[in-house]
Amino acid sequence: MNTFKRTIQDIFQYPSAVVGASIILVLTILAVVIVIVFPYQKAVDLWRAGEDVWYRSPKNAQPEWVNFFRRQDLPETLFLSTLEGTAAKTIKPVTEDLTQVFISFPIDYNYDFFPQELSIYFKSQFKEKKPLVTLTWVTPNGEFQMANFSIRETGTYRVSQDEKLKRKLSGLPPQQALFVDLKAPVLSPVKGPYELRITGNLFEKDATLDAEMVLYGQVSGWAGTDHLRRDLGIALLWGLPVALSFGLIAALGTSITTMIIAAVGVWFSGWVDELIQRITEVNLVLPFLPILIMVGTFYSRSLWIILGVTIALSIFGAGIKGYRAIFLQIKESPYIEAARAYGAGNWRIIFRYLLPRIIPVLIPGLVTAIPGYVFLEASLAVLGLGDPVLPTWGKIINDASNNGALFQGQYYWILEPSVLLMLTGLAFALVGFALDRVFNPRLRGV
Amino acid sequence: MAEANLSVPSGVSVEEIRKAKRGSSALVRVGKYMAVRVLLLAVTVVIGLYLTILIANMGGYVDEIRRGEIRETISQRTLTDPALKALEPDERVRRLEELIRLEEKRVGLDRPFAVRSFNFLAKALTLNLGRATYMSSDAGSRQVRLIILERLPATLLMTGSSSLINFFLTVGMGLSLSRRYGSWLDKFTIGLSPVSAIPAWFYSLFLILIFAAWLGWLPYGGMVSAPPPKEPVFYALSLLQHMILPLAAWTISGFFGTVYAYRTFFLIYSSEDYVEMAKAKGLTSKDIERRYVLRPTLPNIITTFAFLLIGSWTGAPIFETVFNWPGIGRITLSAVNLYETAVIVGTTVIFSYLLAITVFLLDFFYALVDPRVKIGGEGRNV
Repeated sequence: MNTFKRTIQDIFQYPSAVVGASIILVLTILAVVIVIVFPYQKAVDLWRAGEDVWYRSPKNAQPEWVNFFRRQDLPETLFLSTLEGTAAKTIKPVTEDLTQVFISFPIDYNYDFFPQELSIYFKSQFKEKKPLVTLTWVTPNGEFQMANFSIRETGTYRVSQDEKLKRKLSGLPPQQALFVDLKAPVLSPVKGPYELRITGNLFEKDATLDAEMVLYGQVSGWAGTDHLRRDLGIALLWGLPVALSFGLIAALGTSITTMIIAAVGVWFSGWVDELIQRITEVNLVLPFLPILIMVGTFYSRSLWIILGVTIALSIFGAGIKGYRAIFLQIKESPYIEAARAYGAGNWRIIFRYLLPRIIPVLIPGLVTAIPGYVFLEASLAVLGLGDPVLPTWGKIINDASNNGALFQGQYYWILEPSVLLMLTGLAFALVGFALDRVFNPRLRGV
Repeated sequence: MAEANLSVPSGVSVEEIRKAKRGSSALVRVGKYMAVRVLLLAVTVVIGLYLTILIANMGGYVDEIRRGEIRETISQRTLTDPALKALEPDERVRRLEELIRLEEKRVGLDRPFAVRSFNFLAKALTLNLGRATYMSSDAGSRQVRLIILERLPATLLMTGSSSLINFFLTVGMGLSLSRRYGSWLDKFTIGLSPVSAIPAWFYSLFLILIFAAWLGWLPYGGMVSAPPPKEPVFYALSLLQHMILPLAAWTISGFFGTVYAYRTFFLIYSSEDYVEMAKAKGLTSKDIERRYVLRPTLPNIITTFAFLLIGSWTGAPIFETVFNWPGIGRITLSAVNLYETAVIVGTTVIFSYLLAITVFLLDFFYALVDPRVKIGGEGRNV
C-alpha cells in the first residue's frame, strides 16, 4: 500500500500527468453518464433515422455558439406548428360543405443573413375532395399571395422549389427574395415582423387541416448538423464511450496476452520459445491494414469484430520481443531459483513470480498504447470501414471529407470530432509518458 | 508513425548463442549461426506469404466471386449474340456451359483452390507476379509488376524522404539534447513528446484545413498541379509545393516523440560506468561521445534505420488517401476493395523479401561485430 501511495505521489509531481489524468477522469465520467442517460439503442435509432425525424433541423448548419464570435448573427431555425400549439389556427364554417381554416405563422426576422430554406408541412384528413390552400406572405412593407394549390393527406411545400414564385420574385431564389425589398438597390434582408398566412378551404364536413412551418436557419444545436440534417451532437457524445472502450479493450487485451505469451515462451524456452518467435516473425510479414480491410469487406464491419481482429493480430507484435528481453533477465533472478527450490510448478512461477515483476513496465506501455487504438478506429472509419450502425468520431470525419466539408468551408464538421479525438489521445499520452518515467527504473532521474 | 524501434533486439537470443557456442572457431560459429538464420527466415517468408495468399483470397471465396462474374458476363453475351440466338434452347444452354467452362479454364479456375494456392505461392516466391484482373497501371498495363513499379517513385519520394529527414533530424537532436539534458530546450521537447501519440494523417487534416482551405497557400493534395508543368524546373517546384504539407504533417507527428526516445536512449548509455571511467581519465567529450556512447548504440540505431527504410516500401495507405498521393499504399487499398489478390500478394511478397534480407544482413553484421556471438560468451540481452 505504501508503494502505491508513493507511486501516486511520484506521478503527481508531473503537472502534465495531472492535466492528463483530470481530462481522462472527466471524459470517463462523461462517457458513463452518456451511456446511462442516452441509451445505445436510442442513439443508434436516432443516428440512422431519416428525414421524417430530422426535418426540423437545417442541413450542414454550424453550431449555435458561432454566433458568440460573430458581429452579425447567423439566423437560427424557427419551427411553428399547429399540431403542437405553437401556431394559431382558427376554423370558420362557411356553409354546410365549406369550412375555412386560417393559420398564421408570425416570424420576427432580425438577422443580416438569409435563411437556408422555408418549408411547410401539411397534414390533412378528408374523404374525397382535396382541400385548397392559399399562402400569403406578409412583409413589413406589404403583402402578396405566394401560392395556391390543393393538398393530399400529407404534403410538403418548399419555397426554393417553387419556380412560379421564383419568376414572380424577379428570378431570385425565393427563400432569399421573400426577405428583401426588391426595389432597394442592395439586396439584404429587411428586418422586422413577417407573417405567413395560410387560408385553407375544406370541402367536406369532417375534414381537417394542420400545418407546420420550418424556417431553416444557418445554425443548429450545440454541435451543428450534417448533410442528412442529423444533429452531430449525438455522434460526438456517443463517440466518446465508443472511443474509450475501443482504446481500453484493445490496449488491455493486447498488452496482457502479449505479456503472458512472452512469459510462457521465456519460462519453457526450447521449442515453445522458438515457435512463439517464429509466429512473431510471420506476423511481421502479414499486412495488417489490408487484413483488417478485408475482414471489414467480407465478414462484418461491426466495431467489435474489427476490435477482436486487431487484438488477434497485435498479440504477436513487436511488443513480445521487448517483454521477452525483460523476462530473460528476470528468469535468472535468485528469487525465481528459490521458488523452484521450494517446488513451485511452472504455471505458479509464471503467474505468481514472473508476471507481477513486469507490471511496472506494462502499465506505462498500456496507457501509451491507448491513443494508438483510439486513432485506429478513426483511421478505419476514414477509409470507409467504420461501423455501419454506431455513430463514432471517425465516421463524422469520414462523412465530412466525403461531402467536401474542407472545400466548402464547413470546418466545424471536421474540427469538432478531431478536437475530441486529439483531447482523448493527448490525455492518455500525457499520463503514459509520466507513468513511464515513474515506473521505468532506467528512466528514473533521467 | 515513425516511432523509433529502439527496443528491437539484435535478434540474438541466448539459445542461439548457446547453439553458436558449440562450434570450434569463430568463423564456423558465425557460419553455422547464419545458416540457421537463413533457414528460419526462409520458412518465415513462406508461411507468411501463404497466409497472405489464403487471406487475400478469403480461403477461396474470391474464386466463387470470380466464377459468378464469368457466368454473368458470358450469359449476357450469349443473350445478345445473334449467332447463338438462332440455336435450339437446349443447344444454347450447352454452348453457354461450354463457354463458361472454357473461360474458367482460361483464368485457371478449373482447378481446386487448394492446388491453386500453392501455385500462387510458387509464383510469388519466384517474383513472377502475374497479371491483374481488374486493376491496370495508369499507362494501361495489367502487369502487376508494372502497376507496383509505377507507384514506387511516388511512395519512395514521400515516405522515403520524410523518414530519412526525420531519422537524421531526430538522431542529431536526440544526441545534442542528451548532451545538455535539463536545459529548457530539453524540457520543451519532453513536454511536446505526447504530441507524437497522434498519427500523421490526423495532423494533415488540420494542416489542409489551415493552409489549403482557409489560407489557400498550398494545394489540398495530389502530387503535381494539373496539368503537370512541362519544364522540369517548374515540375520539380510544383512537386515540392505539393510535398510541403505531407512532410510537415509527418514531422509534427514523428519528431518530438522520436527525439525524446533517442535522447533517453543516449542518456542511458552515457550513464554507464565505462563512460564515467572515460570521463575520469580526462578524455574530451567529443572522444567520449564517439567511442563510448555512439559505438555501443550503433547496432540499435542501424536496426531502426533499416526498418525505417523497408517500412517506407508499404507506403502509408491512410496518409496517401488524405493527401490524394498516388503511392503504393493507395493501390493496396484499391486492390483490397477490388479483391485484386495478385496486387495484394505482390506488394506483400516484395515487402517480406525486403524484410527477410534486411533481417539477415543485420544478423550477419551483428554476428560479425557482436562479441557475444563471435566469442560465444553470454551477455546481457539488450
